[in-house]
Amino acid sequence: MATIVGAVTTSHVPSIGGAIARHQEESDYWKPFFDGFDAIHAWLREAKPDVAVVIYNDHGLNFFLDKMPTFAVGAAGEYRNADEGWGIPVLPPFPGDPALSWHIIETLVGREFDPVTCQELLVDHAFTLPMKLLFPDAAAWPVRSVPVCINTVQHPLPSAARCYRLGQTIGDAIRAWPGDARVLVVGTGGLSHQLDGKRAGHINKEFDLKFMESLTEDPEWATRFTNRELIAEVGTQGIELLMWLAARGTLGPRARRVHSNYHIPISNTAGGTMLLAA
Amino acid sequence: MSAAAPEIPGTVLFDGRMAMRGYALNKMCFSFNEAANRTAFLADEDAYCAAYGLTAEQREAVRHRNVLELLAAGGNVYYLAKFAGILGLDVQDLGAQQTGMSKDAFKAKLQAAGR
Repeated sequence: MATIVGAVTTSHVPSIGGAIARHQEESDYWKPFFDGFDAIHAWLREAKPDVAVVIYNDHGLNFFLDKMPTFAVGAAGEYRNADEGWGIPVLPPFPGDPALSWHIIETLVGREFDPVTCQELLVDHAFTLPMKLLFPDAAAWPVRSVPVCINTVQHPLPSAARCYRLGQTIGDAIRAWPGDARVLVVGTGGLSHQLDGKRAGHINKEFDLKFMESLTEDPEWATRFTNRELIAEVGTQGIELLMWLAARGTLGPRARRVHSNYHIPISNTAGGTMLLAA
Repeated sequence: MSAAAPEIPGTVLFDGRMAMRGYALNKMCFSFNEAANRTAFLADEDAYCAAYGLTAEQREAVRHRNVLELLAAGGNVYYLAKFAGILGLDVQDLGAQQTGMSKDAFKAKLQAAGR
């Protein structure tokens, strides 16, 4: 059966793409964020994943309000990135793994999650930039991928508890997948930030650090909050921590922290990165 | 959303009510994923807004380049960010405008949150 080698969770703000394009990884502004990936690169060389299941939120590249799925799972042989309107470079297509996609979809529907299935899916910066952060020097993407998209555009959003259970179910599906694939789970978004309204610029370091600690000490801690309570703490876009919870859920009850990094600010956002292993 | 749920200061959640109010504006902003549409907007803003059927409130908010007005007219920040991209504005520009701060002061506020 397949093995989950670990889960990486990271912020995904678009300006990371601009910083990479302009080779600013070593600048005073960006270095504290990019340095958080050195230990992850070393770990990935040992872990050698074949596939990445990437849990992210679309920001209006693929999905519009005409049809807005709460959960969507890619089931394509390839996923393309595209122009998002503000000039960050478009990254090369990502090879899919349709067999694993359908296995995850069948498991989810069998366990009463009902995702939209996507044989065509454009993946935006929330998918592409974390992949570039994980594999900055690869000539071709070294993993196949399965995108899992959670709605954070239009309320009601799925609850933290629901997203954690989604992750648990995806984890069960991966561990029951025949073969010996080594699967990396990626959860992207957050941490605290708010782009809209008079509270724009809201950041909550204390809550973010407590949340990161909870992922090893008490992974269901954040599931006790409503989304409104979470947004009060971490901001309207800080709610993207739902992706971290889903990714954490895949690992089972116990996980250890291999590495973590936290730096304020990247763009308007508290930049967080964690590597967890079962 | 429960009527009894406490308000979050300076924050309006983009729910079904807002999504219906803002549909035309957000649909226009969604179109800005494509470079040809960004060019068409800049070439004839009135015609482009008319083609998407913006309400009078939305048209005024677009004319004013005012983020709080755009949000009040039902704009969603993820789609509005594509409009901001046309104007060459980044999210610190948007934050500064919404909070009535200079961009430098807004960036300093973000830096201060890390200490």
